[in-house]
Amino acid sequence: MLTILFDGIAYGMVLFVLACGLSVTMGLMNFVNLAHGAFAMLGGYITVILMQRLGVPFLLTLPLAFIGVALVGVVLERVLYRPMYGKNHLDQVMFTIGIVFMAVAGADYLMGSSQQIIKLPAWLQGRFNIGGVGIGKYRLFVLVICGILAFSLQWGFTKTRFGSRLRASVDDARVARGLGIPVNRLFALTFALGSGLAGLGGALGIELMGLDPSFPLKFMIYFLVVVTVGGTSTITGPFFAAMLLGVADVAGKYFVPEIGAFIIYVLMVILLIVRPDGLFARGRA
Amino acid sequence: MSMLEDRVRASLLAARRWHGAEIAFWLLALAVFWLFPRNLLLLNEIAILALFALSLDLILGFAGIVSLGHAAFLGLGAYAAGLLAKHGIGDPLVGLAFAMVVSGLAGLLASPLIVKGNDLTRLMVTLGVALILHEIANSWGSLTGGADGLQGIAINPVLGLFSFDLFGKTAYLYSLSVLFVLFLVARRMMNSPFGLSLRAIRDNSLRAAASGVPPSQRLALIYTIAASYAGAAGALIAQTSQFVSLDVLDFHRSADVMLVLIIGGPGYLYGGMIGAIVFKFLQDTISAFTPQYWMFWIGLFLVLFVLRGRTLIHGGVKLIMFRLPARVRGKRS
Amino acid sequence: MTLRRHFLKGVLGLSVAAAMGSAAYAQDVAKIGLILPMTGPFASTGKQIDAAVKLFLAQNGNTFGGKKIEIILKDDTGNADTTRRLAQELVVNDRVAFLAGFGLTPLALAAAQVATQAKVPEIVMAAATATITEASPYIVRTSFTLPQASEPMADWALKNNIKKVFTVVTDYGPGIDAENSFANKFKAGGGTVESVRVPLRNPDFAPFLQRAAEAKPDALFVFVPSGIGAQFMKQFVERGLDKAGVKLIGPGDVVDDDILAGIGDVAIGAITTHHYSAAHDSAANKAFVAAFRAANGSMRPNFMGVGGYDGMRVITEALKKTNGNTDGDALIAAMKGMSFESPRGPIQIDADTRDIVQNIYVRKTEKKDGELYNIEFTTIPMVKDPVKAAKK
Repeated sequence: MLTILFDGIAYGMVLFVLACGLSVTMGLMNFVNLAHGAFAMLGGYITVILMQRLGVPFLLTLPLAFIGVALVGVVLERVLYRPMYGKNHLDQVMFTIGIVFMAVAGADYLMGSSQQIIKLPAWLQGRFNIGGVGIGKYRLFVLVICGILAFSLQWGFTKTRFGSRLRASVDDARVARGLGIPVNRLFALTFALGSGLAGLGGALGIELMGLDPSFPLKFMIYFLVVVTVGGTSTITGPFFAAMLLGVADVAGKYFVPEIGAFIIYVLMVILLIVRPDGLFARGRA
Repeated sequence: MSMLEDRVRASLLAARRWHGAEIAFWLLALAVFWLFPRNLLLLNEIAILALFALSLDLILGFAGIVSLGHAAFLGLGAYAAGLLAKHGIGDPLVGLAFAMVVSGLAGLLASPLIVKGNDLTRLMVTLGVALILHEIANSWGSLTGGADGLQGIAINPVLGLFSFDLFGKTAYLYSLSVLFVLFLVARRMMNSPFGLSLRAIRDNSLRAAASGVPPSQRLALIYTIAASYAGAAGALIAQTSQFVSLDVLDFHRSADVMLVLIIGGPGYLYGGMIGAIVFKFLQDTISAFTPQYWMFWIGLFLVLFVLRGRTLIHGGVKLIMFRLPARVRGKRS
Repeated sequence: MTLRRHFLKGVLGLSVAAAMGSAAYAQDVAKIGLILPMTGPFASTGKQIDAAVKLFLAQNGNTFGGKKIEIILKDDTGNADTTRRLAQELVVNDRVAFLAGFGLTPLALAAAQVATQAKVPEIVMAAATATITEASPYIVRTSFTLPQASEPMADWALKNNIKKVFTVVTDYGPGIDAENSFANKFKAGGGTVESVRVPLRNPDFAPFLQRAAEAKPDALFVFVPSGIGAQFMKQFVERGLDKAGVKLIGPGDVVDDDILAGIGDVAIGAITTHHYSAAHDSAANKAFVAAFRAANGSMRPNFMGVGGYDGMRVITEALKKTNGNTDGDALIAAMKGMSFESPRGPIQIDADTRDIVQNIYVRKTEKKDGELYNIEFTTIPMVKDPVKAAKK
């Protein structure tokens, strides 16, 4: 039973890393980016290609996936996303759906439709048995990495100048600009960071969630739930939302396998009815 | 005040008059039955998609509600009609009515969620509801057939006279008739004070409320109507193909219908139908070359369209539908 | 007679000849509508069957019973609505004499009504739920059924000291078939069974396998669709189930020849029951495997491929028997009772149910010549589909 709790937390950690970029993007520019999952998928495929075709060790592929996707994020933001900022939500939604479709079909064409399998290094395979609770080595690894990331992000968000500028821009972009904060440059950086994190999450998630061309569509709802429930103005909000989601999903499938698959949707709808502005949102004027 | 009322009434009456282009459109829709007898299966799909897009236009174009889960009602209608037929009542019109009632009720039940909350919440809720329904259909195999689909649907002949044939003749005329009738109702509704109030809410709901229009009620009403229209489209799917699969609740259905509507342009009722024709034609042509990778081309089309193409297509359509007839009328008088 | 009259006569004569010629040409062709998932999550099935069909025609020419075979390949992407529409179009517009393929149960069922209405034989080369052949009197199957493969597994388990089994199956027709037929046979023999079902889309095995681990069974019975086996195996090992001494048993889909190499050594020791292994020791199979690999970049044929290969055999033998008559009822009558030696072993099309009757082999996954193979060690001869047999 505790194993399931542990599994759920590890799963939630990966969800957090995947979704936090989306959360900040949406909070900052009020832009609904449904294609966020495509960046995650890209990170996953970078890892697969590096490992299978170039023999790069798994650990090294992780920062490479992060950097690679962040670079792609910078380019795409400049070329494709920037013209979309002023448009209405419907246009933004359709635009990002178009990008997802292209990414899915592109991945299918280039990499094939089957699930990608990677071989983890030996020290990450297998389990520990601590007091009767089985702890998977890989899940522990993921938990540690994502935990460190979460702490750094929270620290960066609340204790650095960059973080405070970012928070100011999220709260009120116009006033922030008036104070001399370069909001556009901030956004490009944040978008790159968020995409890079998504890519890293995608790479970490191959073992846990699988990787195939339909990944962005399958997990889109998960990211959106994390962001809606967790709110877009903090790092801790999405963190707890992701934890909640991860544990609920895994535990649901364990305890009630027949309906485990849609526990999270029900959870989300209930949460949204009770708190339409998200579980952790601060009041917005 | 009464002068204003008179002006509003006059403009509504004018809007209700039939333009030449509209009449031509429907006559052409009927004529293709004889012009393209080998493509009736495809034409049937276009008619059904047009009805589905029309239902989305009611909430998106006229009330400004962005929904990522409209396929929920399509699926509800399809399974409702399919199950009714499977368990004994095979008359298509009864099935159609039943499906519309079921999905309308679902829309009514869901409307409180839709009405409150901001754009993002609404997107999430609509998406979530559609996904929930998809999972229910998937898991409740004893009712829906699960992943294998709903089997054993036998539909009686329409009006006892026209049975559903393999070529799609009855199917197309049936779908076209349903589309036309429902379109007439929608047209009348939108060119009425009710329709005007919806547009007011879409443009500025705070101001509309201040003017005495109750936004929540009106939105709930239009959402229910739109849901029942989508349910009708679903019933058509179940009845004309005599098979319902989980795909009818899939996310891509909701995404596709939004694309269809924005191709044609929301807000004037014909957008969905024009979009459906363009979309299906594109899909059929591209899938002949690349059945799976057509998703790529549709995605590319979407991206380019949103970035650039909108003004081109919509400008063209508006020209034909409104400016030309006005000019012709101007010349006559 | 004037020049004009001559001219007109000539034109008339030419056009009559042309009409007769084209009609004759049309009559000389028998089209087969091959509907397969060539893209999407089940694309591996489509690829195998397509390759097998091409191989058969390359080896045997394409004229049978005086008719030239023309294959019209359509991709349904694994979507049942698409399958139905394609089947309808093939029958109405292309006037096919056969519908063939059908990579999954929902796809085969979607086309059943079309086959019945149009009176066109539907040759199911891949789908495996027992009730498929009952959906239309024009369906003939050359693949297998899950109960056919799963019941012998129960017998073997009972004989080999396995008392408690935990079953994990995918929640759709074949999975439910596998679970029911195995569990019923196993429980009837005195064993205990605990079961879970995993959804077809988005399978996530971790929580289900955790449950399995905690149940501490003697063996884990698993069925997942062809192509998903590798994911499952990884999770099985990750949970430590192999080290806990839990045997992996089930129908052979989880150690599908196509993906066996990709699964890796974790698959060694799995005991499965199935109707085809690429390592089957017969001259016919060795020739088949060699020719298949030669034509397809050393891709191994799997049970899907052999289903396609034998499906073509059934179609062409039927055409020969009816002397080129493409009437649906005549073709079905010709197919009933047909029997021949396939690369998998001897097979027969049951005259009553139009379903396939074939040997089922119990195999162990081992390494042979540096590659992983399913090595057969017991044969259960000419097994009929038990679900339909029980209904008699």
